[in-house]
Amino acid sequence: MADVAAHITGTVWKIEVKVGQKVSSGDTLVILESMKMEMPVEATEDGTVKEIRCKESQPVNEGDVLVVLG
Amino acid sequence: MFKKLLIANRGEISRRINTVAKGMGISTVAVYSDADAELPFVREADQAVRLGPAPAKDSYLNIPAILEAAKSTGADAVHPGYGFVSENAEFASACKAAGITFVGPPPEAMLRMKDKSQARKLVSAAGVPVVPGTEDVLPDANAALAAAESIGYPVLCKAAGGGGGIGMAAANNPAELEKVFRQCTDRAKAAFGREGVYIERYFPAPRHIEVQILGDHHGHLIHCLERECSIQRRHQKVVEEAPSPLFADGRNAELSQKLFTAAIAAARAFGYANAGTVEFLYSDGGIYFIEMNARLQVEHPVTELTTGLDLIGWQLRIAAGEKLTVKQEDVKRRGAALEFRIYAEDPVKFFPSPGPLKVYQPPTGEGVRLDSGYAEGNTVTPNYDPMIAKLIVSGATRAEAIERSIQALKGFRIEGIKTNIPLHLRILQDPVFRAGDLNTRFLEHHAKP
Repeated sequence: MADVAAHITGTVWKIEVKVGQKVSSGDTLVILESMKMEMPVEATEDGTVKEIRCKESQPVNEGDVLVVLG
Repeated sequence: MFKKLLIANRGEISRRINTVAKGMGISTVAVYSDADAELPFVREADQAVRLGPAPAKDSYLNIPAILEAAKSTGADAVHPGYGFVSENAEFASACKAAGITFVGPPPEAMLRMKDKSQARKLVSAAGVPVVPGTEDVLPDANAALAAAESIGYPVLCKAAGGGGGIGMAAANNPAELEKVFRQCTDRAKAAFGREGVYIERYFPAPRHIEVQILGDHHGHLIHCLERECSIQRRHQKVVEEAPSPLFADGRNAELSQKLFTAAIAAARAFGYANAGTVEFLYSDGGIYFIEMNARLQVEHPVTELTTGLDLIGWQLRIAAGEKLTVKQEDVKRRGAALEFRIYAEDPVKFFPSPGPLKVYQPPTGEGVRLDSGYAEGNTVTPNYDPMIAKLIVSGATRAEAIERSIQALKGFRIEGIKTNIPLHLRILQDPVFRAGDLNTRFLEHHAKP
């Protein structure tokens, strides 16, 4: 199990995965937008997407959990 | 002169324009988004009008809202600053149609400069050196190989309709070019719905040198010397300076004359008036036109501090129809100046770092100017670009300006967000930077923590 958190404060621009999808460490899960920059949030380990805790265009703070991997 | 000026921008540049306009007896109107209501630029203007919610498309890019604010406050001119609507010919035309003066070039000149390939053809015909390359899109890999033979390797493949580095790839020899050409063609189709690919000469480590232009509506056009902006990260400038170390102490005088002549020729070819900047690449003794920017540049203060010219003041006088009374021979440089863009970002990874400015104590000192958009207690939001201030430092020589800059940056206290001040200090301590041996790849190899 791994909680993947936002590493910057910004807005969720795109969610690149679906619940149940298998991902590898380093895969882009979510793309955040902050200060005119797109920043990918990557999988911290291999696993399956258990839960997505954000919606597109939602503002998020650094440290907020965006995706739960299992 | 204008009676009331609406400033269609935010942060430090809105404040700066406000200060200059008030000094000329013009009353001012700030416009702002919900995210910026607490910032100094809103309360310092004589009047302030809310444009809309935080996203730029709803506020600073919202042309109907800006025009409505100008009409409702009775503004007779609009200064767009840089970014946002500053290079939008449609906005300039809409101002004109509403009887409001747009402080900038004529919309027709803006349109001529917008399409890069058209702009290139226009200035090339006026005798301005451009990066050697193909004028039109190439039908197949064989045509690309033939063109590359005459241009010389390495070459850069560029997807038509691309921009900002997307769909671009370099090739060092024919075998690489065949591969890269195919990739670029596929990417152009996928990303931009167009198949076309251009190729041009690739400069692996050029310098970025630009020339400030001022022109009035009576045919008088001058240059205000050059700036060097080679220190960049992700194609965004980080440190700018005047003069370029390439031309300091009268070095390469012949090349600098060629640069200024080319800049004036380019501005004339576009039919330019007001303040603008002609950007060039320098590589191996040659200068090559990249583009002309139809606006005030972020880095204009290094020109102001070294020439004594008030560029925003001249923008306003020129827009009001006055004659530019500065003659070319009056433009002389005194000393050197450096500008540091203070970004709310991680100084190593360049990640954005929005947040509250719990402590914000700018430095003071000999030769130190601060153009800041924020004050202590404000919050830097994730909505706009990360530049919170510009620190501009001048000295009698570049060496003196560097030492003063180190003192000023060390004395700049910011807590609550990360900033790139540590990066600036690393740049200033770097022997290659201090020697003035700059290129646009500098930060990839130097000033590492």
